[in-house]
This record gives sequence, C-alpha cells and structure tokens, in this order.
Amino acid sequence: MSVPAGYYLVLAAALFSIGLVGVLIRRNLIVMFMCVELMLNSVNLTLTAFARIRGDIDGQILSFFVMVVAAAEVTVGLALIINLFRLRASVSADDVHSLRS
Amino acid sequence: MAEFVVFWVMAPVALGSALSMLLMRNAVHAALMLVVNFFAIAVLYAVLEAQFLATIQIIVYAGAIMVLFLFVLMLLGVHRADVGGGALRRQAPVAVLLGVALFVLLAGSVAQPYLSAGDACPAAAVAAERTDAPPPANGGCVGLASVNERGNVQAVGIQLFTRYTWPFEVTSVLLIVAAIGALVLGRKHERPEELVDRLPAAAAGPQADAAADPEEAIQP
Repeated sequence: MSVPAGYYLVLAAALFSIGLVGVLIRRNLIVMFMCVELMLNSVNLTLTAFARIRGDIDGQILSFFVMVVAAAEVTVGLALIINLFRLRASVSADDVHSLRS
Repeated sequence: MAEFVVFWVMAPVALGSALSMLLMRNAVHAALMLVVNFFAIAVLYAVLEAQFLATIQIIVYAGAIMVLFLFVLMLLGVHRADVGGGALRRQAPVAVLLGVALFVLLAGSVAQPYLSAGDACPAAAVAAERTDAPPPANGGCVGLASVNERGNVQAVGIQLFTRYTWPFEVTSVLLIVAAIGALVLGRKHERPEELVDRLPAAAAGPQADAAADPEEAIQP
C-alpha cells in the first residue's frame, strides 16, 4: 500500500498532455491561457516529485521561480488579451489574423 | 498508507478537473475547474513533503492568479466568453492523438524508471534512520525527511536566501517589470494620437507606441 514516486510523474505527464491538447483545440484565448497554466503546474509537480526522489530541495525552489514567472506572465498576458478584446470585441484566437496576407 | 489514500483520491480529482476544464464550453466553468485542479495539486504537494509549496500554490495560484482570470472573464462579459462552436473540429482528433503520444512518451521516458514498488518514498520515521545510507544509484526514492528536519519552510528559506539570492532578486525585477507592463498595456486613452504627438520624437519610445497602438487602430 505505497505509492511509487513514478506515479506522480505519470500524473504530471497526463496533466501536461491535457494542457497541450487544450492549447491546440480550444479557440478561446483565455481558456488557452488557462491550459498553459495547467501545463506549468504539471511541470511544478514533476519538479517537486523529483525533489523528493533525489532528497534535494532544489526542485522545490525551482517550482517557486516557475510560479513567480507564471504570475508575471498571467499579468502581462491578460493585459494583452484585454487590449485585443478592445480592438476586436472578441477573445477568439481565430479573429487574430491581422498578419495574414 | 496515508499517502496511498491521498494520492488515489487526489489524482483522479486532478485528472478529472483538468479534463472537464478542457471540455467545458463556458470559460467561467473552465476557470472554476482549474481552481479544483490547483487545490488537488496543492494536496499532492503536501504529500510530496513540500508543505510550503502547497500553501503558496493555494495562495498564489488558486487565490491570486485565478481571481485575475475570473476578473478578466467578468470584465469581458461572461456571455461572450463561451467558446462558440466548441473546439476546433477538424484539428481535434490530431491534437488528441498528439497529446496521447506525448503522454506515452513522457510516461515512458521520465516516469518509467520510478514505477516499481521499491520506488515508494520511505515514511518519515524510516527515512530518519537511514539518512546516512547513500541514495540508490538507479531509481529509488530518497525522501526529504532529513532535509525537512527543521521544517520545510526553514529548508526552503535557507536555500532561497543563500544559494539562490541572485535569482530571487531577479524575480523581483521581473515582477516589477510585469506590473508596469500590465499598467501600460491596460491604460485607456480617449485620443491616443494626441499623446504621441505631444511627446518629442526622441522621447517617444517604444513604450508610448505600445500603449497607443491598439487604440489608434480603433480610430483609423
């Protein structure tokens, strides 16, 4: 009745794959952004699991830095999405095709 | 035993909430599912002997970041935030196929060496006795019992303020830049072209342009 450390890694891989599929198939920019957050979280889970496997706390420290970068990224990204919404009145990624010739 | 129960309760919760986030048509419901997912992952952090990380996960992710997401969703209007037609129809099977392939690849490469029953992390009491033993060469799990001896917060804080001081300071700069960037991007001008004109050419840097550009496009 124990949990091998690899199970956490399998769970994190599954969450990462779900996030990737979400980024690929959803058209709502905000939901795509949330899927990116999910992927970042799964990587954090992997880092923490490896910190425990290695008996070294550096993985947890790296998770903190990932969280800080994610917070900064969300701030700027959501500001960009708001600007895009003011411009196009839509948050669908399909409506962003200004560069299409 | 406790870890067994917590993992097998929380892993399906995390997977289920992630999948339902993917399938929810309404973006607000997707955001709430993501909050559930963050809480499940926070519990897993606590099980993984990262108690401080679990707390920060709840405060920063489930608290701050998801509130920001929900604010933006409410700001843009909930009725517009739904997907409208759901996922991309033609690309969806290919995307799912790619996701499954990535999962198999990741599980087979990253997780595969740690899947046997002997790779379970030792309970805290057992680990305290065998701290002098060298870590297993291949696979195995050392556990954080000796590192967390004086508490996880202390261990993290000591590392953060000794070995990782420079990255820590750099992240503060990053946060300030992100906050200023969000302020500049979020500013709304009635007549942005006046703002650009008023500035001398040398002083009108890229920041002023970035702030003015989107608004200019509204009134061509």
